[in-house]
Amino acid sequence: MSKIKVVHYINQFFAQIGGEEKADYPAELRVGEIVGPGQALTQQFGEEAEIVATIVCGDSYFNENLDKAKADILEMVKSQNPDIFIAGPAFNAGRYGVACGTICDAVQEELGIPAVTGMYVENPGADMFKNKVYTVSTKNSAAGMRDAVKKLAPLALKIAKGEKIGASCEEGYMPNGVRVNFFEKERGSKRAVKMLLKKLADKPFETEYPMPSFDRVDPQPAIKDLSKATIALCTSGGIVPKGNPDHIESSNASHYGEYDITGVMDLTEETYETAHGGYDPVYANEDADRVLPVDVMREFEKEGVIGKLHNKFYTTVGNGTAVASAKAFAEEYAQKLIADGVDAVIMTST
Amino acid sequence: MVKAIEAAGLPVVHMCTVTPISMTVGANRIVPTIAIPHPLGNPALEKDEEYALRKGLVEKALKALTTEVDGQTIFDN
Repeated sequence: MSKIKVVHYINQFFAQIGGEEKADYPAELRVGEIVGPGQALTQQFGEEAEIVATIVCGDSYFNENLDKAKADILEMVKSQNPDIFIAGPAFNAGRYGVACGTICDAVQEELGIPAVTGMYVENPGADMFKNKVYTVSTKNSAAGMRDAVKKLAPLALKIAKGEKIGASCEEGYMPNGVRVNFFEKERGSKRAVKMLLKKLADKPFETEYPMPSFDRVDPQPAIKDLSKATIALCTSGGIVPKGNPDHIESSNASHYGEYDITGVMDLTEETYETAHGGYDPVYANEDADRVLPVDVMREFEKEGVIGKLHNKFYTTVGNGTAVASAKAFAEEYAQKLIADGVDAVIMTST
Repeated sequence: MVKAIEAAGLPVVHMCTVTPISMTVGANRIVPTIAIPHPLGNPALEKDEEYALRKGLVEKALKALTTEVDGQTIFDN
């Protein structure tokens, strides 16, 4: 039997081309090359499958040139006509995860070739694509590569061979909303009582019917009179006073910063910078207004377009930062904003 | 963070480049921006052109804040 043909997609970082400064690297097809995580996948495949080509694309390039990148990569995949397409794993790298999900979905939809990817559950790519593409659940950093590959490779083989795919908890992919009928060993009443006894004893138990989480917030009413409104600037782009006085971490931030900008008309290279470790900091360090537009807000304030720019801004680094942390930060500073009479917020993200 | 701010009672506009992420996260007012490392700027432009670009984007954001929305809305023109 001939080996299963695999095309593997990775970003510029895992291809060892470079970090954020190379995130604008355009899509590239490397026929016959096994790159980075492809080595680990190949080991897991044994004799069953081989990577016939690797596609490398920068994370920013993919997301900023979505249509072109997608079309180019689809052409590359098509030219190799693989049995299966594997992207990532992306762990907690947001743009990489979105790229993996997007391209897997496109490969399946437009080329009819099955695809599989892997990432951390909080990666935004997971929520976007887990119902469309088998997405293996990984740890939040590349330290979890071994683990990830151990789940990703066997699942990819099964899918490529057209074998029956078991439940998400058995195969290690994220629940995708597909339900399959089967007979349980014990009847429902017995399972329910067992669960109740565990609950009463404060022991862990697993529900058979998890409630869906509708995590949406209704929009607040619009501002009626902008010329009387106090507007605050907030960012996840890590803008801080030069020297990062509160030591906000470059990734997985544990806190946010509150900085007074009374009298500050313009953020300059000498006074502000970014603490963010997830994008090329050159442009933000040159002129932090490119992320936090204090200069134009001052002009709007002077012209009377807005009532006032709030004299404090709130900032953190949204790079691999836990959703729970980000939520807690904003819950806390939103109360401060309200107490200070702020009417609306502009949040900028990188 | 946008959701937590909105839940607290303040209208908020999210300015970001990868709008699908903002949609997934659940922002209600979204203004697309230029690029990931410089959402509100473009280093390839002259200083004054870049400033005008930024001013235009913030203007859109302010317009979004004064516009009633039913659900998630991307303000892309």
